[in-house]
Amino acid sequence: MNAVGQTPSSQPGPLIEMAGVNKWFGAFHALKDINLRVHQGERIVVCGPSGSGKSTMIRCVNQLEAHQEGDVIVDGLTYGADEQANAVIRRNIGMVFQSFNLFPHLTVLENCTFALTWVKQMAKAEADAIAMELLTRVRIPEQALKYPMQLSGGQQQRVAIARALCMRPKIMLFDEPTASLDPEMINEVLATMIELAESGMTMMVVTHEMGFARRVADRVIFMDQGEIVEEAPPEQFFSAPQFDRTQLFLSQVL
Amino acid sequence: MASPVSLPPRPLTPSGPEPKVFTPRPSRLPPDRALGIVAWLRANMFSNLPNALLTLLGIWIAYLVLGSFFDWAVVNAVWEASNRRECLDKVGNSGACWPGVIAWIPNIIYGLYPKDQVWRINWAFLMLVVWLVPLWLPKVQSKIAIGFSTVLLFPLFASYVFLGGPKGIVWTVLIAVGLTGFLWTLLTSASESLKGVPVLQLAARAMGARTAEAEVKRGRLGLLGLFAMALLIVAQLDLAFVHTRVWGGLFLTLVISGFAITFSLPAGIVLALGRRSKMPVISLICTTFIELFRSVPLITILFMFNTMLPLFLPAGVEVNQLLRAIVAVCLFASAYMAEIVRGGLQAIPRGQYEAASAMGLGFWQSTSLIVMPQALKIMIPNIVGIFIGLLKDTTLVSIVGLFDLLSMARSVGRDNNWINLFLEPFFFITVIYFVFCFAMSQYSLNLEARLHTGHRR
Repeated sequence: MNAVGQTPSSQPGPLIEMAGVNKWFGAFHALKDINLRVHQGERIVVCGPSGSGKSTMIRCVNQLEAHQEGDVIVDGLTYGADEQANAVIRRNIGMVFQSFNLFPHLTVLENCTFALTWVKQMAKAEADAIAMELLTRVRIPEQALKYPMQLSGGQQQRVAIARALCMRPKIMLFDEPTASLDPEMINEVLATMIELAESGMTMMVVTHEMGFARRVADRVIFMDQGEIVEEAPPEQFFSAPQFDRTQLFLSQVL
Repeated sequence: MASPVSLPPRPLTPSGPEPKVFTPRPSRLPPDRALGIVAWLRANMFSNLPNALLTLLGIWIAYLVLGSFFDWAVVNAVWEASNRRECLDKVGNSGACWPGVIAWIPNIIYGLYPKDQVWRINWAFLMLVVWLVPLWLPKVQSKIAIGFSTVLLFPLFASYVFLGGPKGIVWTVLIAVGLTGFLWTLLTSASESLKGVPVLQLAARAMGARTAEAEVKRGRLGLLGLFAMALLIVAQLDLAFVHTRVWGGLFLTLVISGFAITFSLPAGIVLALGRRSKMPVISLICTTFIELFRSVPLITILFMFNTMLPLFLPAGVEVNQLLRAIVAVCLFASAYMAEIVRGGLQAIPRGQYEAASAMGLGFWQSTSLIVMPQALKIMIPNIVGIFIGLLKDTTLVSIVGLFDLLSMARSVGRDNNWINLFLEPFFFITVIYFVFCFAMSQYSLNLEARLHTGHRR
């Protein structure tokens, strides 16, 4: 089931590879033998019931959760015990969280320039220019000098997207980006994500927004009990799911 | 299920007749905004009979207490007398005897510090004020550096000004470092206020630096020049030795609590991070220290340091009595501070660490730049609470033979001229304590308001 990415990859190997990944929280087996390859430019939507391990899986991609067995390889580099080497790999990955996780003591602009100045050691003017460009791209440049808590949920999430994009990542991870938003705000965030997908960004998105999956995904992954149950292009996934568990899930969310 | 691919059809487009246009109504003021004073009084103080009776009772009690206090402190008070007997002959116990307090004010403030040397304390205090003024000047940018320089370098210079005596090479250098910090603060706040550029950068440009890198290099050269100047001044400085035995009063109280306040916050942060560390040895050491010092009363710690420490030290090694007390208070305060900092750190959601590390920040960067600023802000009320507590707890050093503010007030009544005059000096130092503590508390409220970015509504 190796879907060919829309944008042809210059590299031979996949951008993200998870090989035999196992993860435990205490005695709880959270991820069971995860094998997954994501190529440059591919958009993967991950869905499944709560507690199925979908968030844990994408958090293993940038090692916010360390796995105990198997390999996670990003852009040819394998995560190991060396935290500094891991941090270098992580710089190529942007992440957007369910609860936004903006820094409340910094302005929107400072949130965006933070990693540029402290991780990439960029000069302030240069960092500001990049941040304003990306804030314009998510259509909230006029909020740059406000503090996050003065913004609506949808605006905060778009700032979070801009903040992640500032580091010019090769991969964007989204962990239920619309799950804590009011219905009216969901569309503005989804629209931003669709634009991002159309620009060719490699994305892994955990979401229950099936309309988004239909429109954007190259592959939809369904997880349950820490395993990848089913992996298929959206047309096939929604019209002819192969497992009973997938059918049950789809009948509940659609 | 197999509907055509489209964006979620969330905004439903209603079919049927043209929808009505919704126009929001203009907002208006809440009703109680219109009240005047009389109406406010009626609504809040005299709304019904029991409320009115309580209000009148309150006014009556306040009148009794404040009235008799005013009679004692002002109306019946004696302002001129040469001893307690004279006061008693004039008004008995119905009025305060202020001349005793007035005669003792120098001692209450400076202890037994030689009268001809008291200017040293005043100058050092003035220096501290001048050092801190730039923090309130709007155009000064290097406020963080100035704040750090005050906390770290002022004690170096001030210790010598207070103590005096011969100074070795090491101490000369340290004093000069302190003075360098002061000179730098003065110059940089002047240049930033006038030209908008830090003084070192300005000096570097004057020396012909073109690039930013050259500016940093020449700037260091400028700092070195400043240090040389400070060294020259310090070498000229020759102050008489004043033993810590004669330090006392408000001065001593401020020295001890000042040290404890400036030491306890950084030490508390380090201990709290240590206790939360994933490394078991570090965590164990920090936890043991914190729990040990928190579960023992301050008096016990002071006694330990004063009487038992010399037993462990080799014979002939004498550690200054004041230093022993300061170290004891510092350790005690940092154990308390550590737990407050830990509480503040726990209030920061894990997502903040995660967001920071997802952007590639390491532990120290995310802790010092993301988590600590937010945590410290939440902790301001508790931290200032500890500071206020420290200022008052220093009264305990009297039991190890140091004459703090409280002990000086107590000795007024042992003076043969003012025998048994206790109430008035105690009232006087109450006012002093209140002024300091209230100022700290107001400053903390002010700080909270200024740092408010709308996190908590």
